[in-house]
Amino acid sequence: MQPFVYARPGTLSEALALLGEHGSDALLLAGGTDVVVGLRNRSLRPRVLIDLKGVAELRPAIVETSERLTISANTVLTDLGDDERIRTGFPALVEAMATVGSNQIRNRATLTGNICHASPAADTAPALLIYGAVVNLADARGTRRVNLAEFLVGPGQTTLQPGELVTSIELPAAVERRGASFARITRRRGVDLAIASLCCMVEANGRTRFAFGAVGPRPFLVADDSGVLADPGADAAAKDEVLQRLLTQASPISDVRGSREYRAAMLLVMSRRALRSAIERLQAA
Amino acid sequence: MRIHLTVNGSERELEVAAHTTLLDFLRDQLGLTGTKECCDLGECGACTVLMDGRAVNSCLVLAVEAGASAVTTIEGIGGDGRLSALQDAFIAKGAVQCGFCIPGQVMAAHYLLQRNPRATPAEIREGLSGNLCRCGGYMQIVEAVLAASEASATRPINR
Repeated sequence: MQPFVYARPGTLSEALALLGEHGSDALLLAGGTDVVVGLRNRSLRPRVLIDLKGVAELRPAIVETSERLTISANTVLTDLGDDERIRTGFPALVEAMATVGSNQIRNRATLTGNICHASPAADTAPALLIYGAVVNLADARGTRRVNLAEFLVGPGQTTLQPGELVTSIELPAAVERRGASFARITRRRGVDLAIASLCCMVEANGRTRFAFGAVGPRPFLVADDSGVLADPGADAAAKDEVLQRLLTQASPISDVRGSREYRAAMLLVMSRRALRSAIERLQAA
Repeated sequence: MRIHLTVNGSERELEVAAHTTLLDFLRDQLGLTGTKECCDLGECGACTVLMDGRAVNSCLVLAVEAGASAVTTIEGIGGDGRLSALQDAFIAKGAVQCGFCIPGQVMAAHYLLQRNPRATPAEIREGLSGNLCRCGGYMQIVEAVLAASEASATRPINR
Protein backbone atom coordinates (compact mmCIF):
# COMPACT_ATOMS: atom_id res chain seq x y z
CA MET A 1 0.00 0.00 0.00
CA GLN A 2 1.28 3.45 -0.81
CA PRO A 3 1.26 6.02 1.98
CA PHE A 4 -1.64 8.47 2.15
CA VAL A 5 -3.03 11.01 4.56
CA TYR A 6 -5.95 9.67 6.56
CA ALA A 7 -8.69 12.19 7.30
CA ARG A 8 -11.69 11.54 9.51
CA PRO A 9 -14.03 14.53 9.24
CA GLY A 10 -16.76 14.89 11.88
CA THR A 11 -19.33 16.72 9.79
CA LEU A 12 -20.64 16.62 6.25
CA SER A 13 -19.41 20.15 5.52
CA GLU A 14 -15.89 19.19 6.66
CA ALA A 15 -15.99 16.10 4.45
CA LEU A 16 -17.17 18.11 1.44
CA ALA A 17 -14.52 20.78 2.07
CA LEU A 18 -11.79 18.10 2.09
CA LEU A 19 -13.23 16.58 -1.07
CA GLY A 20 -13.33 19.97 -2.74
CA GLU A 21 -9.81 20.83 -1.64
CA HIS A 22 -8.14 17.59 -2.79
CA GLY A 23 -10.24 16.78 -5.86
CA SER A 24 -9.09 13.69 -7.67
CA ASP A 25 -6.29 13.16 -5.11
CA ALA A 26 -8.96 12.27 -2.56
CA LEU A 27 -10.76 8.97 -2.12
CA LEU A 28 -13.84 8.32 0.02
CA LEU A 29 -13.83 5.42 2.48
CA ALA A 30 -16.94 3.84 3.99
CA GLY A 31 -16.83 0.09 4.76
CA GLY A 32 -13.56 -0.38 2.89
CA THR A 33 -14.32 -3.85 1.53
CA ASP A 34 -13.61 -2.68 -2.02
CA VAL A 35 -11.41 0.34 -1.23
CA VAL A 36 -8.81 -1.45 0.91
CA VAL A 37 -8.41 -4.17 -1.75
CA GLY A 38 -7.78 -1.40 -4.31
CA LEU A 39 -5.31 0.37 -2.02
CA ARG A 40 -3.35 -2.83 -1.54
CA ASN A 41 -3.16 -3.77 -5.23
CA ARG A 42 -2.45 -0.11 -6.00
CA SER A 43 -5.31 0.29 -8.44
CA LEU A 44 -6.29 3.09 -6.02
CA ARG A 45 -3.56 5.58 -5.11
CA PRO A 46 -5.15 8.50 -3.24
CA ARG A 47 -3.11 11.22 -1.59
CA VAL A 48 -5.87 11.72 0.96
CA LEU A 49 -8.24 9.03 2.20
CA ILE A 50 -11.42 10.56 3.63
CA ASP A 51 -13.06 8.18 6.11
CA LEU A 52 -16.77 9.02 6.20
CA LYS A 53 -17.53 6.91 9.29
CA GLY A 54 -16.99 9.86 11.62
CA VAL A 55 -19.43 12.13 9.75
CA ALA A 56 -22.35 12.87 12.09
CA GLU A 57 -24.90 13.34 9.29
CA LEU A 58 -24.01 9.97 7.75
CA ARG A 59 -24.02 7.85 10.89
CA PRO A 60 -25.81 4.50 10.52
CA ALA A 61 -29.57 5.07 10.49
CA ILE A 62 -32.76 3.94 8.77
CA VAL A 63 -35.36 6.68 8.98
CA GLU A 64 -39.00 5.92 8.19
CA THR A 65 -41.67 8.35 7.02
CA SER A 66 -45.04 7.52 5.44
CA GLU A 67 -43.46 8.00 2.01
CA ARG A 68 -40.11 6.23 2.29
CA LEU A 69 -37.27 4.62 4.20
CA THR A 70 -34.05 6.62 4.08
CA ILE A 71 -30.86 4.63 4.59
CA SER A 72 -27.86 6.73 5.59
CA ALA A 73 -24.55 6.21 3.76
CA ASN A 74 -22.76 4.50 6.65
CA THR A 75 -25.43 1.84 7.28
CA VAL A 76 -23.88 -1.62 6.88
CA LEU A 77 -25.61 -4.55 5.18
CA THR A 78 -25.88 -6.62 8.38
CA ASP A 79 -27.94 -3.89 10.05
CA LEU A 80 -30.16 -3.48 7.00
CA GLY A 81 -30.77 -7.23 6.82
CA ASP A 82 -31.72 -7.27 10.52
CA ASP A 83 -34.13 -4.33 10.26
CA GLU A 84 -37.78 -5.39 10.57
CA ARG A 85 -39.01 -2.56 8.30
CA ILE A 86 -36.64 -3.63 5.52
CA ARG A 87 -37.49 -7.31 6.04
CA THR A 88 -41.23 -6.64 5.80
CA GLY A 89 -41.30 -4.05 3.04
CA PHE A 90 -38.32 -5.03 0.87
CA PRO A 91 -37.81 -8.81 1.13
CA ALA A 92 -36.09 -9.14 -2.26
CA LEU A 93 -33.46 -6.62 -1.08
CA VAL A 94 -32.93 -8.70 2.06
CA GLU A 95 -32.41 -11.80 -0.11
CA ALA A 96 -29.97 -9.91 -2.32
CA MET A 97 -27.98 -8.46 0.59
CA ALA A 98 -27.64 -11.91 2.16
CA THR A 99 -25.61 -12.97 -0.90
CA VAL A 100 -23.08 -10.12 -0.66
CA GLY A 101 -19.78 -11.66 0.47
CA SER A 102 -19.72 -13.21 3.93
CA ASN A 103 -20.79 -12.17 7.44
CA GLN A 104 -17.39 -10.51 7.74
CA ILE A 105 -17.98 -8.48 4.57
CA ARG A 106 -21.58 -7.58 5.43
CA ASN A 107 -20.48 -6.34 8.85
CA ARG A 108 -18.39 -3.65 7.12
CA ALA A 109 -19.86 -3.13 3.65
CA THR A 110 -22.44 -0.40 3.17
CA LEU A 111 -25.36 -0.33 0.73
CA THR A 112 -24.13 3.05 -0.51
CA GLY A 113 -20.64 1.64 -1.14
CA ASN A 114 -22.04 -1.27 -3.12
CA ILE A 115 -23.84 1.20 -5.39
CA CYS A 116 -20.95 3.68 -5.69
CA HIS A 117 -18.52 0.88 -6.62
CA ALA A 118 -20.91 0.38 -9.57
CA SER A 119 -19.98 -3.17 -10.40
CA PRO A 120 -22.17 -4.57 -13.19
CA ALA A 121 -22.58 -7.56 -10.84
CA ALA A 122 -23.46 -5.52 -7.71
CA ASP A 123 -25.81 -7.87 -5.88
CA THR A 124 -28.00 -5.20 -4.32
CA ALA A 125 -28.54 -3.19 -7.52
CA PRO A 126 -31.33 -5.27 -9.16
CA ALA A 127 -33.37 -5.23 -5.94
CA LEU A 128 -32.84 -1.49 -5.42
CA LEU A 129 -33.87 -0.89 -9.03
CA ILE A 130 -37.18 -2.75 -8.82
CA TYR A 131 -38.01 -0.97 -5.55
CA GLY A 132 -37.40 2.39 -7.27
CA ALA A 133 -34.45 3.47 -5.12
CA VAL A 134 -33.38 7.12 -5.19
CA VAL A 135 -29.83 8.28 -4.44
CA ASN A 136 -29.32 11.46 -2.41
CA LEU A 137 -26.14 13.40 -3.20
CA ALA A 138 -24.46 16.41 -1.65
CA ASP A 139 -21.66 18.74 -2.64
CA ALA A 140 -20.47 22.09 -1.29
CA ARG A 141 -23.22 23.92 -3.20
CA GLY A 142 -26.18 21.81 -2.17
CA THR A 143 -27.98 18.52 -2.63
CA ARG A 144 -29.71 16.64 -5.43
CA ARG A 145 -31.68 13.43 -5.92
CA VAL A 146 -31.11 10.95 -8.72
CA ASN A 147 -32.98 7.75 -9.55
CA LEU A 148 -30.66 4.79 -9.14
CA ALA A 149 -31.41 3.77 -12.74
CA GLU A 150 -29.79 7.04 -13.87
CA PHE A 151 -27.04 7.02 -11.24
CA LEU A 152 -25.50 3.80 -12.57
CA VAL A 153 -23.74 4.44 -15.88
CA GLY A 154 -21.31 1.60 -16.57
CA PRO A 155 -18.63 -0.58 -14.97
CA GLY A 156 -17.28 1.50 -12.06
CA GLN A 157 -19.04 4.57 -13.42
CA THR A 158 -21.79 6.63 -11.85
CA THR A 159 -23.12 10.14 -12.35
CA LEU A 160 -21.38 11.18 -9.13
CA GLN A 161 -19.64 14.48 -9.93
CA PRO A 162 -16.25 15.69 -8.64
CA GLY A 163 -16.70 17.08 -5.15
CA GLU A 164 -19.92 15.15 -4.61
CA LEU A 165 -20.78 12.25 -2.31
CA VAL A 166 -23.79 10.04 -1.63
CA THR A 167 -25.48 10.85 1.69
CA SER A 168 -28.29 8.28 1.63
CA ILE A 169 -30.41 5.91 -0.41
CA GLU A 170 -34.18 6.12 -0.32
CA LEU A 171 -36.67 3.31 -0.76
CA PRO A 172 -40.15 4.63 -1.62
CA ALA A 173 -43.03 3.03 0.32
CA ALA A 174 -45.18 0.60 -1.67
CA VAL A 175 -48.11 2.16 -3.49
CA GLU A 176 -49.55 -1.07 -4.90
CA ARG A 177 -49.74 -4.49 -3.29
CA ARG A 178 -46.75 -6.39 -4.68
CA GLY A 179 -44.61 -9.51 -4.63
CA ALA A 180 -40.89 -9.52 -5.37
CA SER A 181 -38.19 -12.13 -5.66
CA PHE A 182 -34.41 -12.27 -6.15
CA ALA A 183 -32.44 -14.91 -8.09
CA ARG A 184 -28.72 -15.38 -8.59
CA ILE A 185 -26.38 -18.01 -9.97
CA THR A 186 -22.77 -18.41 -8.94
CA ARG A 187 -20.05 -21.01 -9.50
CA ARG A 188 -20.04 -21.97 -5.84
CA ARG A 189 -22.60 -21.40 -3.14
CA GLY A 190 -21.30 -18.86 -0.66
CA VAL A 191 -18.80 -16.10 -1.31
CA ASP A 192 -18.65 -15.58 -5.08
CA LEU A 193 -19.51 -12.98 -7.70
CA ALA A 194 -22.73 -13.48 -9.65
CA ILE A 195 -22.72 -15.10 -13.11
CA ALA A 196 -26.13 -13.48 -13.44
CA SER A 197 -28.61 -12.01 -10.99
CA LEU A 198 -32.09 -10.58 -11.24
CA CYS A 199 -35.07 -9.30 -9.35
CA CYS A 200 -38.70 -9.57 -10.35
CA MET A 201 -41.61 -7.55 -9.00
CA VAL A 202 -45.25 -8.17 -9.80
CA GLU A 203 -47.81 -5.57 -8.73
CA ALA A 204 -51.52 -6.05 -8.10
CA ASN A 205 -52.26 -3.70 -11.04
CA GLY A 206 -50.63 -6.23 -13.41
CA ARG A 207 -47.36 -4.36 -13.94
CA THR A 208 -44.25 -6.54 -13.87
CA ARG A 209 -40.72 -5.27 -13.55
CA PHE A 210 -37.41 -7.08 -13.90
CA ALA A 211 -33.95 -5.79 -13.09
CA PHE A 212 -30.88 -7.68 -14.24
CA GLY A 213 -27.29 -7.76 -12.99
CA ALA A 214 -24.01 -9.06 -14.47
CA VAL A 215 -25.52 -9.32 -17.98
CA GLY A 216 -24.68 -5.84 -19.25
CA PRO A 217 -22.36 -2.92 -18.52
CA ARG A 218 -24.67 -1.87 -15.69
CA PRO A 219 -27.62 -3.32 -13.79
CA PHE A 220 -30.80 -2.24 -15.59
CA LEU A 221 -34.57 -2.22 -15.32
CA VAL A 222 -37.22 -3.44 -17.80
CA ALA A 223 -41.00 -3.45 -17.46
CA ASP A 224 -44.00 -5.26 -18.92
CA ASP A 225 -47.32 -3.44 -18.74
CA SER A 226 -49.28 -5.95 -20.87
CA GLY A 227 -50.33 -7.87 -17.78
CA VAL A 228 -49.40 -11.20 -19.37
CA LEU A 229 -46.52 -11.92 -17.00
CA ALA A 230 -48.51 -11.07 -13.88
CA ASP A 231 -51.51 -13.18 -14.95
CA PRO A 232 -51.36 -16.47 -13.01
CA GLY A 233 -53.61 -18.02 -15.66
CA ALA A 234 -51.59 -17.01 -18.75
CA ASP A 235 -49.95 -19.95 -20.49
CA ALA A 236 -46.23 -20.54 -20.31
CA ALA A 237 -45.60 -19.94 -24.02
CA ALA A 238 -47.24 -16.50 -23.89
CA LYS A 239 -45.16 -15.58 -20.85
CA ASP A 240 -41.98 -16.86 -22.46
CA GLU A 241 -42.63 -14.65 -25.47
CA VAL A 242 -42.82 -11.56 -23.27
CA LEU A 243 -39.79 -12.64 -21.22
CA GLN A 244 -37.74 -13.23 -24.37
CA ARG A 245 -38.61 -9.76 -25.57
CA LEU A 246 -37.54 -8.21 -22.25
CA LEU A 247 -34.34 -10.23 -22.29
CA THR A 248 -33.26 -8.82 -25.65
CA GLN A 249 -32.08 -5.82 -23.60
CA ALA A 250 -29.46 -7.96 -21.84
CA SER A 251 -26.01 -8.00 -23.42
CA PRO A 252 -24.10 -10.70 -21.54
CA ILE A 253 -20.41 -11.26 -22.22
CA SER A 254 -18.17 -14.31 -21.79
CA ASP A 255 -15.75 -14.16 -18.88
CA VAL A 256 -14.18 -16.39 -16.21
CA ARG A 257 -17.53 -16.88 -14.53
CA GLY A 258 -19.56 -18.02 -17.54
CA SER A 259 -20.07 -17.77 -21.27
CA ARG A 260 -22.39 -15.39 -23.06
CA GLU A 261 -24.56 -18.31 -24.18
CA TYR A 262 -24.79 -19.79 -20.69
CA ARG A 263 -25.77 -16.46 -19.21
CA ALA A 264 -28.45 -15.90 -21.86
CA ALA A 265 -29.89 -19.39 -21.35
CA MET A 266 -29.89 -19.09 -17.57
CA LEU A 267 -31.53 -15.67 -17.67
CA LEU A 268 -34.68 -17.16 -19.14
CA VAL A 269 -34.74 -20.01 -16.61
CA MET A 270 -34.09 -17.66 -13.70
CA SER A 271 -36.68 -15.17 -14.96
CA ARG A 272 -39.40 -17.84 -15.13
CA ARG A 273 -38.64 -18.99 -11.59
CA ALA A 274 -38.42 -15.50 -10.15
CA LEU A 275 -41.71 -14.58 -11.85
CA ARG A 276 -43.48 -17.61 -10.36
CA SER A 277 -42.09 -16.80 -6.95
CA ALA A 278 -43.07 -13.11 -7.21
CA ILE A 279 -46.63 -14.05 -8.24
CA GLU A 280 -46.91 -16.46 -5.29
CA ARG A 281 -45.73 -13.75 -2.94
CA LEU A 282 -48.19 -11.25 -4.38
CA GLN A 283 -51.01 -13.73 -3.85
CA ALA A 284 -49.84 -14.33 -0.28
CA ALA A 285 -49.47 -10.60 0.44
CA MET B 1 -1.02 8.52 13.56
CA ARG B 2 -1.65 7.74 17.19
CA ILE B 3 -4.50 5.33 17.85
CA HIS B 4 -6.10 4.30 21.09
CA LEU B 5 -7.97 1.01 21.08
CA THR B 6 -8.76 -2.00 23.25
CA VAL B 7 -7.27 -5.32 22.21
CA ASN B 8 -8.37 -8.45 24.08
CA GLY B 9 -9.46 -6.31 27.01
CA SER B 10 -6.22 -4.29 27.32
CA GLU B 11 -6.12 -0.64 26.36
CA ARG B 12 -3.37 0.12 23.88
CA GLU B 13 -2.11 3.41 22.55
CA LEU B 14 0.31 3.17 19.65
CA GLU B 15 1.70 5.06 16.70
CA VAL B 16 0.68 3.50 13.38
CA ALA B 17 1.10 4.49 9.73
CA ALA B 18 -2.23 5.24 8.05
CA HIS B 19 -1.55 2.68 5.32
CA THR B 20 -1.30 -0.23 7.78
CA THR B 21 -4.08 -2.80 7.92
CA LEU B 22 -5.49 -3.90 11.24
CA LEU B 23 -4.12 -7.35 10.36
CA ASP B 24 -0.54 -6.12 9.99
CA PHE B 25 -0.90 -3.97 13.09
CA LEU B 26 -2.05 -6.91 15.21
CA ARG B 27 0.63 -9.25 13.92
CA ASP B 28 3.63 -6.96 13.51
CA GLN B 29 3.14 -4.27 16.13
CA LEU B 30 1.32 -6.21 18.84
CA GLY B 31 2.86 -9.64 18.12
CA LEU B 32 -0.58 -11.28 18.03
CA THR B 33 0.29 -13.77 15.30
CA GLY B 34 -2.70 -16.04 15.91
CA THR B 35 -4.58 -13.96 13.33
CA LYS B 36 -3.43 -15.24 9.94
CA GLU B 37 -2.69 -13.48 6.69
CA CYS B 38 -3.72 -15.38 3.59
CA CYS B 39 -5.69 -14.01 0.61
CA ASP B 40 -5.58 -10.30 1.56
CA LEU B 41 -8.81 -9.87 -0.43
CA GLY B 42 -11.52 -10.59 2.12
CA GLU B 43 -12.32 -13.96 0.56
CA CYS B 44 -10.68 -16.56 2.83
CA GLY B 45 -11.50 -15.36 6.36
CA ALA B 46 -8.15 -16.43 7.88
CA CYS B 47 -7.69 -12.92 9.31
CA THR B 48 -11.13 -12.77 11.02
CA VAL B 49 -11.23 -10.85 14.30
CA LEU B 50 -14.07 -9.28 16.26
CA MET B 51 -14.35 -5.52 16.12
CA ASP B 52 -16.87 -4.14 18.63
CA GLY B 53 -18.35 -7.64 18.75
CA ARG B 54 -18.65 -8.12 15.01
CA ALA B 55 -16.62 -10.49 12.84
CA VAL B 56 -14.58 -8.59 10.25
CA ASN B 57 -11.74 -9.38 7.88
CA SER B 58 -8.83 -7.56 9.50
CA CYS B 59 -7.07 -7.42 6.10
CA LEU B 60 -9.83 -5.06 4.89
CA VAL B 61 -9.73 -2.72 7.89
CA LEU B 62 -7.09 -0.04 8.34
CA ALA B 63 -5.62 0.10 11.82
CA VAL B 64 -6.57 3.78 11.99
CA GLU B 65 -10.21 2.84 11.38
CA ALA B 66 -10.10 0.65 14.49
CA GLY B 67 -9.19 3.59 16.70
CA ALA B 68 -11.57 3.71 19.70
CA SER B 69 -12.78 0.17 18.92
CA ALA B 70 -12.60 -2.99 21.01
CA VAL B 71 -10.83 -5.74 19.06
CA THR B 72 -10.84 -9.41 20.05
CA THR B 73 -8.42 -11.82 18.42
CA ILE B 74 -8.08 -15.59 18.76
CA GLU B 75 -5.67 -14.95 21.66
CA GLY B 76 -8.50 -13.28 23.58
CA ILE B 77 -11.32 -15.73 22.97
CA GLY B 78 -10.60 -18.09 25.89
CA GLY B 79 -9.51 -16.90 29.30
CA ASP B 80 -6.44 -17.19 31.53
CA GLY B 81 -4.61 -19.55 29.22
CA ARG B 82 -7.67 -21.79 28.87
CA LEU B 83 -9.48 -22.58 25.66
CA SER B 84 -13.08 -21.56 25.08
CA ALA B 85 -15.77 -24.25 24.82
CA LEU B 86 -15.82 -23.63 21.09
CA GLN B 87 -12.06 -24.20 20.79
CA ASP B 88 -12.44 -27.37 22.87
CA ALA B 89 -15.11 -28.54 20.46
CA PHE B 90 -12.78 -27.96 17.48
CA ILE B 91 -10.21 -30.25 19.13
CA ALA B 92 -12.76 -32.85 20.21
CA LYS B 93 -14.22 -33.14 16.72
CA GLY B 94 -10.85 -33.31 14.95
CA ALA B 95 -11.63 -30.08 13.11
CA VAL B 96 -8.02 -28.87 13.18
CA GLN B 97 -5.82 -30.28 10.45
CA CYS B 98 -3.01 -28.01 9.25
CA GLY B 99 -4.55 -25.36 11.50
CA PHE B 100 -3.88 -22.29 9.41
CA CYS B 101 -7.52 -21.36 8.84
CA ILE B 102 -8.65 -22.34 12.33
CA PRO B 103 -8.21 -19.01 14.18
CA GLY B 104 -10.41 -17.38 11.54
CA GLN B 105 -12.89 -20.26 11.61
CA VAL B 106 -13.14 -20.05 15.40
CA MET B 107 -13.66 -16.28 15.38
CA ALA B 108 -16.30 -16.52 12.64
CA ALA B 109 -18.02 -19.39 14.47
CA HIS B 110 -17.90 -17.49 17.77
CA TYR B 111 -19.65 -14.57 16.09
CA LEU B 112 -22.14 -16.90 14.41
CA LEU B 113 -23.11 -18.54 17.72
CA GLN B 114 -23.44 -15.15 19.39
CA ARG B 115 -25.95 -14.12 16.75
CA ASN B 116 -27.64 -17.47 16.48
CA PRO B 117 -26.97 -19.72 19.50
CA ARG B 118 -29.08 -22.56 18.07
CA ALA B 119 -27.67 -22.51 14.54
CA THR B 120 -28.56 -25.51 12.38
CA PRO B 121 -25.90 -27.27 10.26
CA ALA B 122 -27.18 -25.37 7.19
CA GLU B 123 -26.96 -22.06 9.04
CA ILE B 124 -23.46 -22.92 10.25
CA ARG B 125 -22.30 -23.70 6.70
CA GLU B 126 -23.84 -20.46 5.46
CA GLY B 127 -22.41 -18.47 8.38
CA LEU B 128 -18.92 -19.82 7.79
CA SER B 129 -19.01 -19.41 4.01
CA GLY B 130 -16.48 -16.60 4.32
CA ASN B 131 -13.87 -18.97 5.77
CA LEU B 132 -11.97 -21.32 3.52
CA CYS B 133 -10.15 -24.48 4.66
CA ARG B 134 -7.67 -25.83 2.15
CA CYS B 135 -7.44 -29.13 4.02
CA GLY B 136 -11.12 -29.53 3.20
CA GLY B 137 -12.07 -30.25 6.80
CA TYR B 138 -15.46 -28.59 6.57
CA MET B 139 -17.49 -31.51 7.93
CA GLN B 140 -15.57 -31.59 11.20
CA ILE B 141 -15.64 -27.83 11.50
CA VAL B 142 -19.45 -27.80 11.18
CA GLU B 143 -19.67 -30.67 13.69
CA ALA B 144 -17.51 -28.73 16.13
CA VAL B 145 -19.62 -25.58 15.89
CA LEU B 146 -22.77 -27.65 16.25
CA ALA B 147 -21.32 -29.35 19.34
CA ALA B 148 -20.56 -25.97 20.88
CA SER B 149 -23.98 -24.52 20.09
CA GLU B 150 -26.75 -24.24 22.64
CA ALA B 151 -28.68 -26.89 20.80
CA SER B 152 -26.29 -29.46 22.20
CA ALA B 153 -25.26 -27.61 25.35
CA THR B 154 -26.62 -30.40 27.51
CA ARG B 155 -24.43 -32.97 25.77
CA PRO B 156 -20.92 -33.22 27.18
CA ILE B 157 -18.08 -32.63 24.74
CA ASN B 158 -15.59 -35.51 24.60
CA ARG B 159 -12.04 -34.38 25.16
